[in-house]
Amino acid sequence: MKTKSALFKIIGMILTLAVGIFIGKTFFASGPVETVPMPTTMKYRNVGLTKDTTQIAMNEEFTGEIILVKKGQSIQKAVETAKPGDLIQVYPGTYFETVYIDKDNISVQGVIVKGEWPTLDGKKELNDAFLYSGNGIHIENFKIMNYKGNGIMGQAGNNFVLRNNWIMDAGVYGIFPQYGKNGLIEHNVLSGIEDAAIYVGMCDNIDVLHNEVFNSVAGIEIENSRHALVENNYAHNNTGGILAFVTPGLPIKTAFDIIIRNNFIVNNNHENFGAPGSIVAGIPPGTGILVMAADDVIIENNIISGNDNAGITIVDLATGGSTSNDRNSEPNPDRVVILDNFMHNNGNNPTGEIKALMLTQLSTKGPDILAMGGGVGSTIRDKNRYRTFGLDKFGPAQITDTKDLTTFLLDAPVAPRSVSKEEVGELTYYGVCAGCHTWDTRLIGPPTQIIQAIHYNNPQGIVDYITKPKNLREDYPEMPPQDYLSDEAKMAVAEYILAMKE
Amino acid sequence: MSKNSILFKVIILGLFIGVIALVQGSGEESPSYFDVPKLNSTCPPGFKLNEQNECISQNLYKQYTTGNDPGVGGLKTALPEVRDGFSPQEIDLGRYLFFDPALSGNGTISCATCHDPNKGFSDGLPTSKGMDDYSLNRAAPTLWNVAYLKSFFWDGRANTLEEQMEGPLFAEEEMANTPENLINTLNSIDNYKFLFAEAYPDRNKKDSISLNEIYRSIVAFQSSLISLNSKYDQYAHGYHKALNQKEIEGLNIFRSFVARCAECHTPPLFTNQQIAVLGAPEPNNLPFDPGAEIPFKDKTLRGGFKVPSLRNIEKTAPYMHSGMFPTLRETVQFYTDGRGHAVPENEDLILHWHIWEPNLTDYELDRLVDFLKTLTDESFIPKIPDVVPSGLTTMNSK
Repeated sequence: MKTKSALFKIIGMILTLAVGIFIGKTFFASGPVETVPMPTTMKYRNVGLTKDTTQIAMNEEFTGEIILVKKGQSIQKAVETAKPGDLIQVYPGTYFETVYIDKDNISVQGVIVKGEWPTLDGKKELNDAFLYSGNGIHIENFKIMNYKGNGIMGQAGNNFVLRNNWIMDAGVYGIFPQYGKNGLIEHNVLSGIEDAAIYVGMCDNIDVLHNEVFNSVAGIEIENSRHALVENNYAHNNTGGILAFVTPGLPIKTAFDIIIRNNFIVNNNHENFGAPGSIVAGIPPGTGILVMAADDVIIENNIISGNDNAGITIVDLATGGSTSNDRNSEPNPDRVVILDNFMHNNGNNPTGEIKALMLTQLSTKGPDILAMGGGVGSTIRDKNRYRTFGLDKFGPAQITDTKDLTTFLLDAPVAPRSVSKEEVGELTYYGVCAGCHTWDTRLIGPPTQIIQAIHYNNPQGIVDYITKPKNLREDYPEMPPQDYLSDEAKMAVAEYILAMKE
Repeated sequence: MSKNSILFKVIILGLFIGVIALVQGSGEESPSYFDVPKLNSTCPPGFKLNEQNECISQNLYKQYTTGNDPGVGGLKTALPEVRDGFSPQEIDLGRYLFFDPALSGNGTISCATCHDPNKGFSDGLPTSKGMDDYSLNRAAPTLWNVAYLKSFFWDGRANTLEEQMEGPLFAEEEMANTPENLINTLNSIDNYKFLFAEAYPDRNKKDSISLNEIYRSIVAFQSSLISLNSKYDQYAHGYHKALNQKEIEGLNIFRSFVARCAECHTPPLFTNQQIAVLGAPEPNNLPFDPGAEIPFKDKTLRGGFKVPSLRNIEKTAPYMHSGMFPTLRETVQFYTDGRGHAVPENEDLILHWHIWEPNLTDYELDRLVDFLKTLTDESFIPKIPDVVPSGLTTMNSK
């Protein structure tokens, strides 16, 4: 009895399902598939998303150990014990420290547990949260707040990845790589920064992707840098949204090959709270994109709206700069290309110079696009889409899009060293040892010839000696230990000395 | 008229020397030559001799590449292009010339008077003293690592060491010489004739010493003054125990964008070689120094001076173009006292944007000084000659 009713139930269910599928197919089936061409804008987005640009930066094999940092411990201590290739994982908790990384290939990764982030809080006492100089530094998943200087600052580190950090009120700059090549800055959220939230300074081959920058003086600034892609970012409520600058007086004099595309640059009307005298202190509130003296900047497919002064401003140094002249800095923005952008509702409340300019045009509204000062070779696609001022010299654009360019990151990481072991030996001998040793005459230490004779065929003997010298000769001063040389350099110099023929 | 008479004198002198040489046979037999040892045929420390008899600079920074122009920031960064390739003999001859007061108009001042190796190749004075103790306007900059520099003088008015050298040599208030007198003097000293003939063997031994040879050998010596083995360098190359905790704290303050020191004093040279307007004060008795405004005829550079290298800065007190600050501590204090605090009221300067009010604490300022002292390295200091070819007394022996 029981099994019969169970069987009935199953058959009933199958029947009901079959009827349901039949009805569904009959009444809800779609007709023949229509192909709608994908809007060009989508192509760009897919370009950015399908080819994972981080792959390149992540190419380097992860070889190291994982070092865990738990609440109450020090991230810096972990950095000190870490070797190149290691990953430091930091668990949620509040950390009060400046973490400096002067080694290569160290990754520091926050572990977010149930929405709780590892937080670096500088309490307005510390200068910087992260400082790095090594190559191949990765920093991700941190909440950084209340520092006086920078959230993350790099000096001369190449092949960096700065990702998914949340940086608030970090002082002067939020993320600030300087003198670096081949770096990726993506998926960060930054606010309340006194200068530029993301400041790429004197760098090459940098992608700045998918970041949100707001409530800062400048959102994203590409300064004296080349080959930079600024894509898919959301810059809102800053004084200026996205900037491409040549700033004079710096050792690197150019900014060119910069693509600003697919960004939302909206309502950048924040009052300017930049430090007096800083370059950005002169940016008028309501600035969407500002190009100053940079060359070969392509502005494409951005949504630029609600910026009260002007959507895009292009100026030379004489117009925009407040710095001393630099005869080695070319002051004009040349070959700026404006492709299709969606621009509306800009210029509602122009300030200062633009306001005066607009009044001469019998207009109280600022333009979508404004160009002032010198510069040659700039072009625009479909000028009639926008309210413009000063674009008389702009010709028609020679290109329609930049979709072939997916990233400025390099195919392979920048090589850290360029010399062989033999060369290291030679550089060490002449760069360090030669202060006390010459080939055949006594200087401060014995002649190299003599060292060669003592340690004949025994480089390890030299390595041991220079690491821990024992004074063997009464008539010579004791040699200071050379333990600061890397093991590699010590062995290289020992072999070099033994191979020397004068 | 005067040119003719000089030419006449030179010819007479040449003839005279020629006759002496003929009488004595080989010039190397000259008795006065024995006062000075033969020129060194090995390179100074830090240089490797190649097959063309050129000294090529070698140091651990050569193992680094950088994506940017070399010499602009970071620990493991390449240095800018170096001026090297001089022969050991040129360098050694330059050493003698450098210390020889015969290079000044009246034989009282040498290059080393203002650039004393015992004082970090500076002179320990707020502003240097020239001929007859004439008080000059600016401090003597160090010569350590000048081989890497592209601009010279505080106001950046010279682009080569040769160009720079003509300033002090021929300025009336400094060495008060003239090109003619300099050539005459050196040609009248047998030792120099022999030494120049040795350093420049391609020319006829009997030819007189030329101005270019003088310049070139002094440049050769100056370019050999390399200081890249400080504690900082050991740290930079990866030996992190080279700096103690306080010095590392100093390094981090130095490179932080709060203090902003490293923005202009970029490692590894610790200068970005740019002109910067700081608003640094002048001593009370001196008028405002317009600096780079004058040579570049550019008002925006008023009060601008070249960013000096900080290597061996511990050795070169007092500091700034005017020697205003006796100690490093007072110097770093200047930067934290606020943007433009020392600018005279009637001056409207375009101060560099890195000058702001970093509000560094006393503790931080002390650490900065700790760090600056880690840039000291005199391991390749050259030997001061016991005797110079002119027989005049050098003032530099300790």
